[in-house]
Amino acid sequence: MAGVDLTVTLPPFQTLLDEHAADVHRFLVASVGPHDGADCFQETVISALRAYPDLRHADNLRGWLFTIAHRKVVDHARRVGRNAVPVADPPEVVVAADDLRLDGDAALLAAVRQLPPKQRTAVVQRYLLDRPYAEVAAVVGCSEDAARQNVRAGLQRLRQELATEVTA
Amino acid sequence: MTTTDDIAARLAGLATDPADEGPDIVADLVGQALTRADADGLVDVAWAVEDTPIGPLTLAATASGVVKIAFGTDESALDELAATVSPRLVRLPRRLDGLRRELDEYFAGRRHDFDVGLDRRLSHGYRLAVLEELSQIPFGETVTYKDLAQRTGHPKASRAVGTAMATNPIPIVVPCHRVLRTGGALGGYGGGLDTKAWLLRHEGALLS
Repeated sequence: MAGVDLTVTLPPFQTLLDEHAADVHRFLVASVGPHDGADCFQETVISALRAYPDLRHADNLRGWLFTIAHRKVVDHARRVGRNAVPVADPPEVVVAADDLRLDGDAALLAAVRQLPPKQRTAVVQRYLLDRPYAEVAAVVGCSEDAARQNVRAGLQRLRQELATEVTA
Repeated sequence: MTTTDDIAARLAGLATDPADEGPDIVADLVGQALTRADADGLVDVAWAVEDTPIGPLTLAATASGVVKIAFGTDESALDELAATVSPRLVRLPRRLDGLRRELDEYFAGRRHDFDVGLDRRLSHGYRLAVLEELSQIPFGETVTYKDLAQRTGHPKASRAVGTAMATNPIPIVVPCHRVLRTGGALGGYGGGLDTKAWLLRHEGALLS
């Protein structure tokens, strides 16, 4: 339990939860959906609590917490990718016209959840959580330029996905 | 033709959608996560707030026992615990259930002695010796600062005894309210003199 570096004063872990838990949850629900988001959220809290005393600085605790959450998204994408059953011919899906109209937002969110993890986190951080690029970069663990690139690529991909959907 | 700007605007519009978020959902998930973390031994300090007849008390415990009782809902007490004990400090009332039950019984007049384990790591040296001696003073009795100095083998250390009382990390359970000035004046108390008088009256050690 001894502090690693005497100059570091970390606030009670509860403070991080009080300040950021709702946003972390929102981030994860947006990234992987409500059900898996709940699992990823709990994993994030536990991993963060485990690593917390070893932190060398308390400069950007929000960013640190989201970095852990982003890693859960990456793990999740890997798991889902592994479990996905490859199909040669995707089965015909009959979609009622109602369903197509049903919810454009739901379709958009579903498309966000199909993005590669870095693009997904970048897009969600930038737009759904309204964070500046510097923070997006800190969470994804890349340069600010790369963060912009990830957001741009993510948006383009979303545009293509939604365009195919409409014409399908 | 949809542009990436349109997509961005739609995403930004979703940001303010409150539909997917309830604070209760998050609180429940945090609670579940902390319960799991606690089972893995990751919660070094658990705290809870308990309402009592003398006002709310902030209670904190480590795996070894009760480490801190603070009057009120003082956040700075928690900051201090994070710095001195461990930053792995979270609200986990279940870990304080034993103490909360004993406090309830004490305030209801059904309990005179506390049985919960104590973690005295915040006290050292002579202050620790004084506080350990203080734990021998039973419900309903009082001693003077000078008595305690004598009982700990330092008859001239009344002032040091006073400091030990003032810095008692676990008031009520470690009964510094039972220490009075020679002559019967109340002396001081971290929770305020009204609280000290209330506790002494509650124990029948102070009339009126």
